[in-house]
This record gives sequence, C-alpha cells and structure tokens, in this order.
Amino acid sequence: MRRYFTRKFLIYLLTFFFAVSIDWAIPRFMPGDPVQSMLSRAALHPESATAMYDYYSNSFGLDVPIWRQYLNFWGSLLQGDLGTSVWLYPQPVSSVIANAIPYTLALMLPAILLSWWAGNSFGAFAARRKWLDNTALPFAYILNSMPYMWLGILLAWLLGSVLDIFPLSGGYGYGLQPEWSLEFIGSLLKHWFLPFASLFLVGFGGWAIGMRNLIIYELESDYSHYLTALGAPQRLIRRYAFRNAMLPQVTGLALQIGVIVAGALVTEIVFSYPGLGNLILQAINNEDYFLLQGAFLFIIIGVLIANFVIDMVYVLVDPRTRTGMRGATS
Amino acid sequence: MSVQVKDLKVYYRTLRGDVRALDGASFTIADGEIMGLAGESGCGKSTLGRSLIAIDGRMRYVGGSVSLDGAALPLDDQAAMARHRFTAVSLVPQYAMSAMNPTRKIGKLVTDLLRSRGIAPDTVLGEFRRRLELVGLSTDVLARYPIELSGGMKQRVVMVISTLLDPSLLVADEITSALDVSTQKAVAEAVVEFRDRGFVASTIVITHDLSILVQMADSIMIMYAGKPVERASTDAVVSSSRHPYTRLLLSSLPEVGVRYEEHRLSGIAGRPPSLLNPPPGCRFRDRCPLAFAKCAEEPPFVEVAPGHSAACWKA
Repeated sequence: MRRYFTRKFLIYLLTFFFAVSIDWAIPRFMPGDPVQSMLSRAALHPESATAMYDYYSNSFGLDVPIWRQYLNFWGSLLQGDLGTSVWLYPQPVSSVIANAIPYTLALMLPAILLSWWAGNSFGAFAARRKWLDNTALPFAYILNSMPYMWLGILLAWLLGSVLDIFPLSGGYGYGLQPEWSLEFIGSLLKHWFLPFASLFLVGFGGWAIGMRNLIIYELESDYSHYLTALGAPQRLIRRYAFRNAMLPQVTGLALQIGVIVAGALVTEIVFSYPGLGNLILQAINNEDYFLLQGAFLFIIIGVLIANFVIDMVYVLVDPRTRTGMRGATS
Repeated sequence: MSVQVKDLKVYYRTLRGDVRALDGASFTIADGEIMGLAGESGCGKSTLGRSLIAIDGRMRYVGGSVSLDGAALPLDDQAAMARHRFTAVSLVPQYAMSAMNPTRKIGKLVTDLLRSRGIAPDTVLGEFRRRLELVGLSTDVLARYPIELSGGMKQRVVMVISTLLDPSLLVADEITSALDVSTQKAVAEAVVEFRDRGFVASTIVITHDLSILVQMADSIMIMYAGKPVERASTDAVVSSSRHPYTRLLLSSLPEVGVRYEEHRLSGIAGRPPSLLNPPPGCRFRDRCPLAFAKCAEEPPFVEVAPGHSAACWKA
C-alpha cells in the first residue's frame, strides 16, 4: 500500500515538473514581445522608450539568456513568487490569481460535483424505465453534444436577454464593491447562475448517458444473471450494478476535470465572469507571460490534485486495484 | 419421480419469427439421478436448462409443464418462479468464472444473497464453510474477492453456493467446458459427491462432451434440433444406442489407442436444420444414413426397451 502511494506520488511529482516546464515554455513561444507591446501602448519618445524597455526587461527578468530565465523561474516558484503581471503592472501575479480563484472554484466545484451526482442518479434511474429512457435520453444527448459556448449563449439569450431574469455578464453588479452585504451576495448569486447552469447542463447530459449505458451493461453481466438464477430480488442486483457502474464514473470524473477547465474558460469568457478562464484570455491578449504561467500553474495543480485524490478513492472502492498493488495471490 | 417435464416448448422471439429452440421435451428424472443432456450446438439443451431456471425476455414459454416433487413450477410467471429458485431449482452456470460480483467479497456476496431471500445467514453459513472444505477449499475464500481465486476454485465456490439450500433440481450448464482436463474430473466428481451426500436431489448436466457424461451421469438424454431423440441409462446409450444420431455422435469421439493419423475421425456431415421454420417429419432426416420414406412423418419419442426411449422409426 505504502509502496504504491510512494510510486504514485513520484509519478505525480515528475508530471508536475514536466507540466510546469511546458507551462513556462508555452507563453515564450508566442510571437511578439510583452514589454514592447506594453510600451507601444504608452506612445513614448524613442529615447525614453529604450530606457523604459531596459528598465522593464530588467524588472521582469527578460534581459538574461533563456536558460537563466528558466532557472530563475524555478527558483522564484519554489519561493512562492509567481512574478509580476505585465498586464496589471505592478500587481504581483499571485494576488491577481488569488482574486480570480474564488470565482472559478465557486463556479466549477458545484458544477462538476452536482452535475456528476445528478447525472449519475438520473442515468441510473432512466436505465430502469423504458419510457424515460426513450423520452429523456435524447435530450441528454443533445445537451452533451452541445458546445459549452453555444449553450451559454442560448441561456444568456433566453434567460438574460428575452426573459431578463439574470444578468448577462460580470461577477457582480457594476455599481457594487465586494463586501459582505446581502445586496452584494445576492448580486453574486444572480451573476453566478447562468455560467453555472451552462456548465451543469452539459456535464449532466454526459454523465446521465454514461451511467445509463454502464448500468445496462452491468445488468446484462454474468453476475447479474447468476443472481437472477438464484432468485435474488431486483433490488440487490441493481444495487450491485450501480456500485460497479460507479467505478468508471469515478475515473471519468478525474479525466473530466481537465476538460471542464477548458469548458470553464469558454464559459467565463461568454459571461465575462472574473475567474481564472477570463484571466487566461486577458493574459494571452496582453502577452502577459507571468500571469499566463501562473494561471496555468493553478490548473496543473488542480488537475494533479484531483487525479491523485481519485487514485486514492479508487483504491478504496475497487478491490481489483488493491490486488494489482500487492501482486496476485494464488 | 422427482422431476417431471411434459412437452415443454420454449421459443426465442426474433424479428423473423419464433425460433423453436425447444420444441417439446418430455422426460422424468428420479431422485438422486444425474441426467446428462448432450447434443451439438443449437440442439436446445441450454434452452431447456435455462427454461427450468428463468425464462427471460427473449424467450417465450409456449407450453408444457414441469413439476418438482409433484408440485408444478410456475414457468411462465417469473415473479412466482423467483421464490423457487435457489431453494428448489438451482443453476451452476456456464460462466462460473464471472458469476460472482467482482467487487464484493465472497462471504459478503453470499450473506447479501441469503438476506435478500429472507434467510438468516447465520443458519446456513456454518454449512457453507463445511461444504467449502468438502470441495477442498479453505474457508479463507469467504474473505477473498472472486479475482483472487483460480478458475477451478471459482467453479467450486459457485457450485457450493448454488447447492447451499439443497435444491431438488440442479441444472449444471457446461460446467466443465472452460476447465482443463484434471479440473474437469474434479468438478465431475464434486457433482457426484454432492448427489451422494444429498445436497441435491436430481441433477441435469448439460454438456457437449459425451466423455465427461460417461464418467458422471446415470442416464443420458441426447437432443437434436430442439427435441430429445434418445434417453437411456449411460451404459445403454454407450453400448446399445438406437437412434442413428446418437450412434454417429458416439462414433465421432476419439478412442484411446487408435492412431488418427492413419484413420480419419469421422464427423456427421451436414448441419442441423434452421429452427426458425423447421421442416416437418424427423428433423435428422437430411443427415441420416438410414432415412427412408416414412421419415417424412415425425417419429414419436417412445420407449423402445425398458427405460430406453428413442424417437426414430428404425429404433
């Protein structure tokens, strides 16, 4: 057991190293020069521009050879320093991200977990009822195959524009300041609903279809037939089938998290929601190496942690992985 | 007479019509008798075995009756039938390797199953342990998951589970087909031992392997194209079979001491007829070397010698 987790941990550490290295490299492959474009917006005299260029290059650490930049990056990363944002100069990247993270988490966690839970419950329920299977599942297919962006736009148009129930963009009302007041929290919730609903619905459809298929597969498996042959009531057979069908769904949840991050990016952009996804878009537009690195770093950490947790959960729920760990017995 | 089957007919529903997989089977099995049921693929032997346990949605009960110790089994009512399963009729399935839920410990699985049938697990678990030891397994298997056992071990555990409540009829469907020869023998011996100890009253062993039946069965019934063609004691079937199909089936078995490099092993030419719309008359007619004009009429399944029935005009 211990060896298994040590090995897993080392693999995750290695993955982290490579992912972060790629994360460092990707922004630097972008054409253009962040300092140059920052200065060109300021429209300075050529002489002062050169001086400013040197000053900023130095302060961002971009005036040293590329390998030195890489080592410096790891050095400061290990000290918890993510650098300074080019776009929001001179704010440190860590505080920019810290402001965005709560929005993304508040959007993503409920959307991922609730859609997973509700989708699986609904799928398992639909698998037993033919009429529901025939009527509701096509809608699940439609939901699942809809791009996040398109569903987001549809929801915004219907609930925001036509019915005017929910606001179309932003994290909270324009006239408000973040504070612990009822008005602010209400506005927060109202702005949260549409992006949440679009993420939830797409996820819900996918999970429901997956669960429905898995349950039907499990109910047709040999152990279900054997239980039937021994006169076990449907209740017991369904309980076993549900439990076994959940296993691939647990793995699916881990895999889905990476995809949902991308989905959140699109959703946040559609609704101008002030989370990590929106930040990534701004960072790319402004060639903000440090902000982009920092935002990706959080996604990498998020995906790795989620996978590690699922790895551990899997060992608890599926005995077959445990056998693999200590080698076959007899 | 413990098990009495009368003119049992079970068809499969397909889009092109009913497939008459089991088209009228009548036989009786005495208490303590092990009856072997043999025939080539598609002869209806598995359908017969399955019908005695559970008729599922693809199958259609057409007619006939089965009575167990004098009481009729409600074959066409699956909810009522469920009460008889496990206690009165039980199955050792073809798929014993995957018959147990892979994510449940075997002990837990049996406890769950017993509870779901309204039987207090404590009353039978002691017996379960004893029987596991009887088939040469340690009681540790209760705390194991099915994947931790070998194929032969799983086969034996499933046999013990299926016979735990001392059923009157046990259907053993192709229980040896996935095993190596030495394990086959052990399983065959276990079936006989279970009968000898009175764990099961009557047993039907379904197989396409006649040689295994010779080792374990008291009597053999041969089926062809959905109907029984011959039924007799094992010795009679082997030494003095009356139906040409049985004889051809036996002659296609290899013999010890014969070198088949020089001597080609003969099979039976041709194929069984389609059961979607079977031809009238004897169904073996087209492949039968003895066929004559009368075979256009269906031969009745009648006693041709004491305890020996066959369905052939020339028997």
